[in-house]
Amino acid sequence: MFRLIVACFMMQVTCVWAEEAQPLQADLAVEMQVQRLSEELRCLVCQNQTLADSHSDLALDLKREVREMATKGMTDEAIVDYLVARYGDFVRYRPALKSSTVLLWFGPFALLLAGGIGLFIQLRRRQAMTTDEPLSAEEARKVDELLDKES
Amino acid sequence: MIPEIGHFALILALLVAIMLGSFPIIGAARGNAVWMGFARPLAHVHFYLIAFSFICLAYAFAAMDYSVAYVANNSNSQLPLQFRIAAVWGGHEGSLLLWALILSIWTVAVSLFSKHIPDDMRARILGVMGLVSVGFLLFMLMASNPFERLIPAVLDGRDLNPLLQDPGMIFHPPMLYMGYVGFSVAFAFAIAALLGGQLDAAWARWSRPWTTLAWVFLTLGIMLGSNWAYYELGWGGWWFWDAVENASFMPWLVGTALIHSLAVTEKRGSFKAWTVLLAICAFSLSLLGTFLVRSGIITSVHAFATDPRRGVFILAFLVIVIGGSLALFAWRAPAIGRGGKFNVVSRESFLLANNVLLAVAALSVLIGTLYPLFLDALGFGKISVGPPYFDAVFAPLMAPALFLMGIGPIARWKNASLPELAKRLRWAFGISIATAIILPLILGNLTPMIGLGLFLAFWIIVTTVYMVSQRLRDSDQALLTRIKAVPRSWWGMVIAHLGIAVFTIGVTIVKGFESEIAVRMVPGDVAHLAGFDFTFEGVKEITGPNYSASKGQLRVTKNGVERTVLSSEKRLYTVTNMPMTEAGISPAFIHDLYASLGEPLSDGAWSVRIYHKPMVEWIWFGCIMMGFGGLLALSDKRYRIKKRAKNLAEINLSKVES
Repeated sequence: MFRLIVACFMMQVTCVWAEEAQPLQADLAVEMQVQRLSEELRCLVCQNQTLADSHSDLALDLKREVREMATKGMTDEAIVDYLVARYGDFVRYRPALKSSTVLLWFGPFALLLAGGIGLFIQLRRRQAMTTDEPLSAEEARKVDELLDKES
Repeated sequence: MIPEIGHFALILALLVAIMLGSFPIIGAARGNAVWMGFARPLAHVHFYLIAFSFICLAYAFAAMDYSVAYVANNSNSQLPLQFRIAAVWGGHEGSLLLWALILSIWTVAVSLFSKHIPDDMRARILGVMGLVSVGFLLFMLMASNPFERLIPAVLDGRDLNPLLQDPGMIFHPPMLYMGYVGFSVAFAFAIAALLGGQLDAAWARWSRPWTTLAWVFLTLGIMLGSNWAYYELGWGGWWFWDAVENASFMPWLVGTALIHSLAVTEKRGSFKAWTVLLAICAFSLSLLGTFLVRSGIITSVHAFATDPRRGVFILAFLVIVIGGSLALFAWRAPAIGRGGKFNVVSRESFLLANNVLLAVAALSVLIGTLYPLFLDALGFGKISVGPPYFDAVFAPLMAPALFLMGIGPIARWKNASLPELAKRLRWAFGISIATAIILPLILGNLTPMIGLGLFLAFWIIVTTVYMVSQRLRDSDQALLTRIKAVPRSWWGMVIAHLGIAVFTIGVTIVKGFESEIAVRMVPGDVAHLAGFDFTFEGVKEITGPNYSASKGQLRVTKNGVERTVLSSEKRLYTVTNMPMTEAGISPAFIHDLYASLGEPLSDGAWSVRIYHKPMVEWIWFGCIMMGFGGLLALSDKRYRIKKRAKNLAEINLSKVES
C-alpha cells in the first residue's frame, strides 16, 4: 500500500514536471505580426519606448488592440493606418514619407552625395597640385626639436 | 551650512575660471611670460574648488539633507549609500557639476603633462578650457544651482528613478563624461593652434594622445551604457536609438573620424584644416548632446519653453562656442598650409573617404534626433523617429565605411595603385564572400543583411590578418622580436579594427538568429527554446532595501544535464511605486540565455519571456577591444617624450663621465 502511494506520488511528480508551458498566444502567425508591428509603434505614454519594450498598461492595451486587428486578418499597413488615424503620426517610429519629412528621409543621402562630390573635387585638386609640400626636412627637424624639448 | 560652502566654492571656481580664461590667453598674445605662467596654478585651484564643491554635494546626499532641493528630488532615506552617492549625477544640476568637475580634471591633467609644449601654446590651451568652464559654471549658478535650498525642508526625498538604481549608474555616467568632456582637450588644442597660428605636425602629435584617450573613455562609456540597458530594461535590446544614446554616439562618430584625420596630419602634414574642423565639431556635438539630454527638450519642446531661462542660456552658450570657433576657423583656415600632395588612389584618400562617411553618419543621426523637435516647434505636429528610421539610414552609410577599413591600412601613402590593391586583396575578398555565404547556410538562415554583415566582418578580419603577416615577414629575427619591433600604436590599430569586426559579427548574428518565446508557466512547467529546457521553479516574495519583489527561478537543462539557473525579479519600488524587471541572464561566449518574469496570471501561473541571444556578448567584447586598442596606441613610446629625453640626457651624462 505504502509503495503504491509512493509510486502514485512519484508519478504525479513526474506528471507535474513534464507539463508543457503553454504559449501566451495560440496563433503563432498573428503573434509574429504583432511582434513585428509593436517594434515599430510607440508607447504613447512612455518616455521613448516601443510597444514591444514597454510594460505600461496603455502599451499593453494598445498591443491587445493590434492583436485583435491582426486576428481579424488586417494587413500591417491597414493596422498602422488605423492607429495613425486615431493617435496621429506620433505613434509610428518609421515616419511616413510626406512633404514635411522629405528632408528627414533624403537629407542623409543628399549629404552623402554632397560629401562625395566635395571629396572628389578635393582629391582632383590634390592630384593636380604641382608643388608637394609635406613636411620638409627643415620642418621635420623643427618638429623633432620641439617634441624633444623639455621645459 | 555645508551646501552654502559648496555653493560659495562654486562661485569662487567661476572667478578662477574667468581668470584662467583671460590672463593666459592675453599673456600669450602679448608675450607676457608672467601672465602665461598663471595658467598652471589657476588650473589647479580651479580643480580644487570644483572638487570641494562636488564633495559638498555628495555629503548632502550621504547625510540625507532634504533641505537641499536637488537632494530631495533625487534620493530617499531608504536608498542604499552607493546609490545616494551616484544620485549626485542622477539629475540635471548634479550632472552639470560632474561635467564641470571632469573638465577641471582634464584641465589639470593637461597642465601636468604638457611640459614639453611651448609656453604660449600651453597657456592658450588651458585658457580655452577655462573659458568653457566659465560657461558651465555660469549656467549652473544662474539657472541650475544644485545647492538651492528647499524651504521648508521635506521629511524625505522623492527617490532616485528606479531605472537608475543599478551599479551601471555608478560607472557609466562618469566614464561617458570623461569621453564627452575629453574632447574639450582636442577642442582647446585646435582653438589654441588657430589663435597662435601653429598648426603643424607637432601640434597633431601633442593633440593625438589626448584625443585617443577621450575616445577610449567614450567608447567604453557607450559600451557600459549599452550593456546596462541590455540587462536593465528586461527584454534584451542593446541599442535603442534613443536621443540620449544618439547624443553620445554623434561625438563618437566624429571623434573616430578625428583620430584618423589626426594620424594623417601628424604623418603627412595633410588634412590640417579638416582635422581642426573635426575637433571643433566633436566638442560641439558633445556640448549639444549634454544639453539635449539635460535640458528636457527631448521629452517635450514645451517643457523647454516653460523655463526659458535655461533654454535661452543654453542656446546662447551653444551659439557662442560653436559660432565663435567656426568663425575663428573661417578666419584662420585660409592661412593653414595644405600639406602633401597625394593621388586619388592612396591611403590618404581612403582615410578621407571614411572621414566623410563618418561625418555624414553623425549628421544623419543629428537630423533624426532633432527633426521631431523642429517639426513640433514649427507647428507641423508631433512625429516619432525611431529604430526603423535609423536602421534604414545608418546601414547604407556604414557598410562602405567598413569595406574601406579593410583597404585603407594596406594602401600605400601618397600613391597606391588600384590594380595592385585588387591583386593583393582578391584572396581576402574571396575568402570573406565564401565564409559569409557558407556560414549562414550551415547555421540555417541566409538573408541579405546577415550575408552583408558577416562579409564585412570577415573582410576586416582577413585583410587585417594579411596586413599583419605582410608586416612581420621577411626577417631572420624571432617572431617576438619582430612583433616588438612594430610600434605599439600600429598594434593598437590592428586590435581596434578587429574589435569593429567582432562587434559587427555580434550585431549580425544576434539580429539574424535570436529567438524568443512568451509562455504561461505554473511551477513545474517546462518550456523549450533553442534546444534548452526551462523548468519553472516558482516565485518567492523577497524584500530589498527600498523595494519588494517577486523572484522567479528557471532551471535550465540540456538533454537532462543541468546548465544554469536563471532568476528574474519583478520589483516594486516603494517610494516611487514604479515596477521594474530584473532579467535573469546567463552570459556566455556562444550565446546568452535571458529570462524575464512578466505578470502573475490566474491560478498561480506567471507569464514568462525567454530569449536566446547568440553571440550578443561579442558586441561589448568588440567595444572593449576597441578601447584596449586605443590604450595600446597611447602607450606607444613616441608619446613618452619625457622618458626619451631623460634617457638621452643620461646617455650624454655617462659619455661626459667616461
